[in-house]
Parts: sequence; structure tokens; C-alpha cells
Amino acid sequence: MPNKTFFWFFLPTGLAMILFIGLPIISTGIQSFYAQHDQIVKEVKKCDPFGCTVSIVVDNEETSKIREAKPLGKFNGFGTYTDRNHLAVDEIRKFWNETDSFGAFIDQVTNLPFYKALIFTLTYCLFVTPNVLLLGFVIALSLNAVARKIRGPLIFGTILPMIVTPLVGSLVLFWMIDSQGIIGANIQNLMNDPYLSLKSSKTLTWITIIIYGIWHHSPFAFVVFYAALQTVPQEPVEAAIIDGASRFQRIKHIVLPHIYPVVTFVALISLMDNFRVFEPIIGFSAEGSAQSLSWLIYDNLVNEEVILFGSAAATSIMTIVGIAILLAPVLIRTWKEFRIAR
Amino acid sequence: MDYGLDKKTTSLKTFNTIFIIVWLLIACFPFIWTFWGSFKVRADFFSRSDWWYAISAFNTLIETGGKFTTNAYSQAWTEGEFWKASKNTVIVTIFVVSISLFLGTLGAYALSRSTRNYAFWLLILALIFRAMPHITLVSGYLFPFFELQIWGILPTTIVVLVAINQPFTLWLLYSFFKTVPRELDESALIDGCSYFQTFRHIIMPVMWPGVITAGLFSLMLAYNDFTVTALLLNQENHTMVPKIQSYLGTNQHEGNLMWAVSSVVSATAPLFILVMFFQRQIISGLTAGAIKG
Repeated sequence: MPNKTFFWFFLPTGLAMILFIGLPIISTGIQSFYAQHDQIVKEVKKCDPFGCTVSIVVDNEETSKIREAKPLGKFNGFGTYTDRNHLAVDEIRKFWNETDSFGAFIDQVTNLPFYKALIFTLTYCLFVTPNVLLLGFVIALSLNAVARKIRGPLIFGTILPMIVTPLVGSLVLFWMIDSQGIIGANIQNLMNDPYLSLKSSKTLTWITIIIYGIWHHSPFAFVVFYAALQTVPQEPVEAAIIDGASRFQRIKHIVLPHIYPVVTFVALISLMDNFRVFEPIIGFSAEGSAQSLSWLIYDNLVNEEVILFGSAAATSIMTIVGIAILLAPVLIRTWKEFRIAR
Repeated sequence: MDYGLDKKTTSLKTFNTIFIIVWLLIACFPFIWTFWGSFKVRADFFSRSDWWYAISAFNTLIETGGKFTTNAYSQAWTEGEFWKASKNTVIVTIFVVSISLFLGTLGAYALSRSTRNYAFWLLILALIFRAMPHITLVSGYLFPFFELQIWGILPTTIVVLVAINQPFTLWLLYSFFKTVPRELDESALIDGCSYFQTFRHIIMPVMWPGVITAGLFSLMLAYNDFTVTALLLNQENHTMVPKIQSYLGTNQHEGNLMWAVSSVVSATAPLFILVMFFQRQIISGLTAGAIKG
């Protein structure tokens, strides 16, 4: 296709992506260097028969004036990145000097909002992704062994958790697991502990959200693996059976190597999706004990008094850096393959 | 062909059946339970005293005189203004699907027919864009949108959702266009068609399965979106998913939690029916990118 024709065909979609994905990333970058204005204070002298007092009050008029004149806020450089709510450089230095053991230091650091969220996000990715791959593969193998006629409805049932939006999916589970729901109430009876509930324990909340993640993402892995299983050639499998290979050996030495590229694809996609975990935290109302990076951004953006654009933008940029680190190996590999192909 | 070489033992078959039943229970029961519970009153579905009330409908019987009640639905749809939210969702979904398909088919066709290097790099760029968490993009939108005073209205959200949806649509349609043989284009071009005529009259008619699949995914994205719609729309224009969340926020009100339950059912039902009919297309769409690339 000539370059000119290509240009006109690609222009609409390219424009949409540049304007609403490319520019926002740049806009986020710029915003992250600004912080909202401080409130302007003025001294007010108040005199009464017993003498004069000077009090400091917020000058609302001046504050809103400067907010209007410079809506982006004041320039802050890397100040937002290093403050307490983000990388917390000063605090970490302080903890390093003040704590005696390494454990105590880690304890202090992981209580800072950004690191807390980072650790939750990474833990979530680390536990959900491998389990999604495993469960998806087992379901695919299992359904593949069922008679063809009844597979349709079974597949429909299997993909339900995937097609609902994460907020709805987590709500539906939450209403069952909550202390007043069917599962929660029964666990309380079983454990004989009327105060056992999701909100009472941080570990329990984390486990619940991770289980939700596996429940929600496994169907996707299943669908892709199931389709890949249909393409596995039958001859080597039959040869292996005749040679006396066990079922497990056949899966390990024939099926898995055949679908290996698909496994990396699913792992990559689910890693990207898990890294942005956010809606389940709202669905499970777990803000108290589990915060993710995306949730931090959301929290800044729905702030009641003044929207913390700078703070949200700084977290966003660091999230994007995190995504870049996750994606880098794949991109480098693609680039190498591309260079060889040329 | 199956020669019957692969003999499964009875114990393996039993194990397999049990596993599938257990999994389906885990996958589907929460939805069935919510559907069931949406016809009860709050004191039954979220029972403090006994979870069995949700089944025996103890309080529902006292409060409404029947074992099932549709109060939660009627209140949410009228008083809770869920009708407005669903109207907004319908508008957003229709526009997002049609615009994304229009842009996506043009772009993906060009990408699939170009042999240049830049086509490859554009696809990689789309993959990177696909990886961006939506909330980071939203944090980029908010400030400019406030300044331009286009925040809170449906058209802005539609355009944003179309753009966010483009990378995936491009990849999906690209892999579908790749399966259409190039000879088809070439013969049309030789016969004197322009590129656009070829695209419009020769390629699109054979592309319907791919277009339907891409359309379904755009629909699911627009219908299911929470991050963008919750933050870019004002209260008045909220679509269904943020509306459901707003019912959760005000827990004090007796009926509100049940509104959320009934709205979840109302919002999910159309999606399930759709998937029931188009299951094949969705599965082919999810696998198209994976198997070929």
C-alpha cells in the first residue's frame, strides 16, 4: 500500500490515539511537576477592650484568585515525587538512621502509602498470575475431555466471571463473603467466632481479593488455552501413547511445548491487567487494609476539597514506569526478532 | 481422528466430572445467588441473625406478604433513577461501538496491507498503549477537560472510550484482516478500484465475522467501564456501573443496598444474554491475537 493511502486510512484512529492516549500521558507528566497552591493566609488584628490579638486566617479571596490565575498550581519540580506520599526519600533516610534492625526498617517503610500500595500491587500480581495460568490450563484440559455436545453450555458457565465488570464481579462475591452473607455467616458458625469478618483482618482481605482475581481472570486463560489445545497435532500424541507415555508425560513433553507461545501471551496480558488492579478494592470496600497504585490515583482524583492533580500525576507516572519495566523484556525480544527477520 | 487410543480410566473420568462441576459451581453460583437474593428484602439477603432467611424469605414474607418481591427493582429504576443510567449506557455503548468499528476497520486494514516497517512499529505502539492503566490516562484528562469545560458530558466520555478501545480493536481486526487473502485486493485494484473502493466493496463484505467480534469487545468495554465513566461524567450523566457504586456509598438508607443488588442483576442480564448468543465470536476474538501472534 502506498504511503499516502496508508496515511489517510490510518489518520482517524492514529489521531484518536495520539489525542487521547499520547497527549494525556504527556499531560500527566507535566502535571506531576506541579502541586496545588497553598492557602494564602493573612494576619488579622482584632482589638477589644482587653487588648489586641493577632490571628492568622485563610484569605479565601486571594486563594481563589491565585487558583484561577494559575490553575495548574505552583511549580514543584520533583518535590511531589519525593514527598511523604510518594517515594518518601527523607522519611526513608530517617528510618534508616533511627531503626536498629533491618526488619524494623522494612516495617516502617512498608507503612508509607506509596510502598504499601506497591507491595499490595506486586503481591497481587505475584499470586494471581501463576494461579490464573494453572487453573485456566487445568479447566481447559478438563473441558477438552468432555463430550463435544455438552461443551457449549459448560464454556458459557466458565466464562461468566470474565465478562462482568470487575466492580460487579467483586460486589457479587463480597455480598456472599461478607459477615452477613451466606458464606461469611457459615464460616463464622464453623469457626465459632461471631466477630470473624473480612474487614477485621488484613491478611483475610488480601487473600479474598487475590481469590477474586483468580476467579475473574482464569476464564480468559481458559479460553485461550482451550483454543490452543484444539491445534495440538494428534500424531505425536498417539505415538507417545503407543510408546507407553503416561498422561502426565504426554502433557509435559508434547502439549505444553506446543502451546508455550500462547502461555507467554496469556502471562503477559494477565500481568498487565493485574498490575492495574483497582475496582475490586472498591467492590470489597477494602480501602482500609489493601491499597493498590491505581487506587491511590483514584483516591487523589476524588478528593473532596481540592483534586490533587500533581499527586495523582506523580503516582501515575511511576505506575507507567512500573508497566514499562514489566513490558521491557517482551519489547526487547520482539525487537530482536524483528531485526533478525529483516 | 480419534482411534480410541487414548483410554481414560473410570477414576480419571469421575475425577474430571467432579472437578468441572465444582468449578462451574464456583463460577456461576455467585450470580445465581445474587439473582435469587435480588427478589428479597435487605433483612433477608443480608441477614444479621440467620443466613437461611435468604432462602426461607422470613422477613420478605413479613414486610411484603409474598416470598418474592420486586420492590428493589421498581425503586431502583424509578426513585434511584437507574432508568437514566441505563439510557446513558445505551447511548454511550451505541456510539462507542459504531465509532470504534469505523476507525478500527480503516486503520487495521491499512496496517494489514502495508509491508513497511512503520506498520510494525505502530502495532507495537498500540500494544504499549493497551498496557496503560486507564486510571493514569484519566489523571491526564481531568485537568485539561476542566479547563476546556468539556468535563462531565457524554460526548467527551464517548470519544475517550473510543480512543482507549482503539489499540485492542486494531490488534483484533488486524489479525482478522490478515486472514483475508491479498489476491482479493490485488484483483480489485487491477480492475480499477481505488483502495477505498476495494476496502468498501470487496474486503468489508467478507470481514463480517471479524467486525462482529470487534464490535462485541467494544461493547463490553463501553458497557463495563467504571474508571472512565465514574471520573469523567457528572452525577446526572452517570452510566450504570458508576451508578451502582453510588448506591453503595449511602449505606444508611434502608433500601439502597438492595438497589445495588437489583441494579447489578439488571446490568448483568443483558450482557449474559448477549454472550449466550455470541459466545463463538467472543472466543474466536480472544484467541485470534494469541494463536497467530
